Amino acid sequence: MARAVTRNTRIGWTIVAWAVALVIFFPILYTIITSFKSEQEAIAGFDLIPSLTLESYQTVQTQNNYFRPFMNSVILAVGSTLLALIVAIPAAWAMAFSPTRHTKNILMWMLSTKMMPAVAVLVPIYLIFLRFGLMDTRIGLTVLLMLINLPIVVWMLYTYFREIPGEILEAARMDGASLRDEILYILTPMAVPGIASTMLLNVILAWNEAFWTIQLTTTSAAPLSAFIASFSSPQGLFWAKLSAASTMAIAPILILGWFSQKQLVRGLTFGAVK
Amino acid sequence: MGRITLEGVTKRFGDVEVIPPLNLDIEDGEFVVFVGPSGCGKSTLLRLIAGLEDVSAGRILIDGTDATEASPAKRGLAMVFQSYALYPHMSVRKNIAFPLKMAGMDKAEQDRRIAAAANALNLTDYLDRRPGQLSGGQRQRVAIGRAIVREPSAFLFDEPLSNLDAALRVGMRLEISELHTRLRTTMIYVTHDQVEAMTLADKIVVLHAGRIEQVGSPLDLYMRPRNVFVAGFIGSPKMNLFTGEAAAEYGARTIGVRPEHIAISTEGGTWKGRVGVSEHLGSDSFFYVEDTGLAETVTVRADGEIGLHHGDEVWLTPSEDKVHKFDDGGDLIE
Repeated sequence: MARAVTRNTRIGWTIVAWAVALVIFFPILYTIITSFKSEQEAIAGFDLIPSLTLESYQTVQTQNNYFRPFMNSVILAVGSTLLALIVAIPAAWAMAFSPTRHTKNILMWMLSTKMMPAVAVLVPIYLIFLRFGLMDTRIGLTVLLMLINLPIVVWMLYTYFREIPGEILEAARMDGASLRDEILYILTPMAVPGIASTMLLNVILAWNEAFWTIQLTTTSAAPLSAFIASFSSPQGLFWAKLSAASTMAIAPILILGWFSQKQLVRGLTFGAVK
Repeated sequence: MGRITLEGVTKRFGDVEVIPPLNLDIEDGEFVVFVGPSGCGKSTLLRLIAGLEDVSAGRILIDGTDATEASPAKRGLAMVFQSYALYPHMSVRKNIAFPLKMAGMDKAEQDRRIAAAANALNLTDYLDRRPGQLSGGQRQRVAIGRAIVREPSAFLFDEPLSNLDAALRVGMRLEISELHTRLRTTMIYVTHDQVEAMTLADKIVVLHAGRIEQVGSPLDLYMRPRNVFVAGFIGSPKMNLFTGEAAAEYGARTIGVRPEHIAISTEGGTWKGRVGVSEHLGSDSFFYVEDTGLAETVTVRADGEIGLHHGDEVWLTPSEDKVHKFDDGGDLIE
């Protein structure tokens, strides 16, 4: 039901909304501004108008080639997402269409692993990586990121799959489809919107993952999150360079997120409103 | 061929026995309708035959071979669902082709069969549309098309017309009937609508709480219901069922008289009452007679031109040879 809203109230709330949005966005904005300052300006104090120098970007690029960590980020994010889907689609199928008494418990248990602080398993995982020669390798990190995000992927897919009427899958079975055909020709194409938003979210989560990437890489497999971190330690703090590195690291995912926000919101609220 | 035999088929969900051991023979080419109130197990029974549910005990034979453990795909049956269950991401053509593709049929033969089915079902102009762009009746035709292209040994229909509006339902009912006449393939049809059951079936199976109450031709069930349940369930408006003194006069616990077997008059008769609601349909009139002392209301079907109104005092007289007598257990007294 529509309620009458006066013009003034509307203007008032619009201003509040923009103010809140600005506060939330401000750290990112200030990072971008700082990246266009010289090192002296950056350390001098609060100032919203940069001298628009590209000095920091140049230094960052010559000191530590951007391309390699960028490619690592892409490989880790996309690779771990595809791997997660291969594992999660059959798992979510089983939970959504052939649930047992324990399905709910398994889902809760999977989610509970996300509540555990990552540092609690740092030592065992570190040792496993060391023992199996996975330290600073893309393959090791891809598998690890896949496992870390798997609970979320299974949960999301499970929610989408539950929206698909079971009768359609039964019809496929009557039509002679094997389990593989059923998943390949019917379930997956029908769940495309859900799968797409799951993929997007997982790519973003994997892209932004910093704890494990910093712990388990040095140079050859280091993605952008580790790349940013490498600017904060050895020679002291260089605000402008750090900001330039951060901007370069978040730019791709920010652009991806911006273009896919409609899809992402639709996917995340899928089934919530009929 | 499509001869289906159920031998002691039982279904339990946990501790609940929804279908107690049940035997049924369905002959090749027969149109069999499972009818009963909701929750009577008719859909479950169909799903057991389809293989979509596992049988808890007993055997299902299709053309003499034991298919109890066979997967739905291996049983050679086709099913039409209440919700149509079309594949929303595929065109009508691909929907109909899907079972053929799964069977690994060559493309030319697929095209030939799709064209034939589309032609028979008036779908030729819609082959490239998606199910979402079709009306309910067209969708149901696509579902039927998808079933017939495979040339299955039997068709299973699970309340296929429930989602259609009244006018379409009558049209589709005729189409299904014609389809059966043309194909002569076994059809098993589940419905709670007894008009569908009466008009379509060669043989009706009345189910109640998972048990078969009676099996017979539509007229057989109408004229000779074997027990009180079937008597009350088959026929619209329902058969009048009386207990007490009126029944005792016939030496029965319960008697049943159909509305058309009671004569109504203002002059005299067996039971006295007053007209409550009356419905004038033109060809017929239905009178719901109150204060008879037999039941809350007694339904009487009379000629359309009879002029009786609310509150009129009337006399009712049953046709003696049309009174059904039931014993204490509710079974017919022969």
